[in-house]
Amino acid sequence: MTEPEKQPISIEALKRGDRAEFARMVDAYSLHIYRLAMRMLSNPQEAEDVLQETFLKALRALPNFEGRSSLSTWLYRIAVNEALMMIRKRKPEVSLSATADNGEEDEDGEEMQIVDWGHMPESELLSTEARRNIDQAIEKLPETLKVVFLLRDVEGLSIEDTADSLGISQAAVKTRLLRARLRLRDELSTYYRERMVEK
Amino acid sequence: MKDHSHAHKCDHLISTISDYVDGSLSPQLCEELEKHLCECENCTVVVDTLRKTINLVQTCVEDDCLPGEVRARLFHTLNLDDFLKKDAGV
Repeated sequence: MTEPEKQPISIEALKRGDRAEFARMVDAYSLHIYRLAMRMLSNPQEAEDVLQETFLKALRALPNFEGRSSLSTWLYRIAVNEALMMIRKRKPEVSLSATADNGEEDEDGEEMQIVDWGHMPESELLSTEARRNIDQAIEKLPETLKVVFLLRDVEGLSIEDTADSLGISQAAVKTRLLRARLRLRDELSTYYRERMVEK
Repeated sequence: MKDHSHAHKCDHLISTISDYVDGSLSPQLCEELEKHLCECENCTVVVDTLRKTINLVQTCVEDDCLPGEVRARLFHTLNLDDFLKKDAGV
């Protein structure tokens, strides 16, 4: 999520309770928060709940916002926590802590897919079915890997801001990002290999 | 067929490819990896398809949008109805 293009959101105005500025902030960031929640939860109603709760909490917490992180990082942190609370209601064992290891098992020994599908035409790489497959591949990632991938590669946060949003170390972000990317690459390789064989 | 030391090199360097595609790998490791890529077809495929994977995901999410009714309910929840008529784009 990049800062708004035209005029930066004024933190001072937000802290003063300027409603027009708050509305501008909501419009600047709501798509990003909704997209993150949709891809974390794969459920439109829950994603909308996360979206609303994120801005309600931001509204309440703004007077105490110290600006140690950027507005976008702060909003992402609230949204991720809300989405994780939803996930924990379904699966109580999910944790994002540095010691949590779901999805972080050592993948040594797993055979990597070596299929050179990168030169397939875009029309095939991004067909309706292929796009659905990409969505499903993201959905299948373990939560700890998925949220790192979404913040870094979908929302475009830096490693530092991703770590800040999740409250984990930059080293942990890098490790999880590598695993998420490799898993996705393998999923896509399996799919595109089949498409290549069909030809 | 790869010999054992070559395969070991692949395993070692695969941990660096995420930083490599981000352009944040140290110059020394970057040089080592690129030298390896010149002689290892499999690792070249992995790097190329990893980069392509990220690009495809980013292209797919470009189509994501906030449904109008979701925006309307959000503004209502936040008591911002009087700002609703403005375009969603910033």
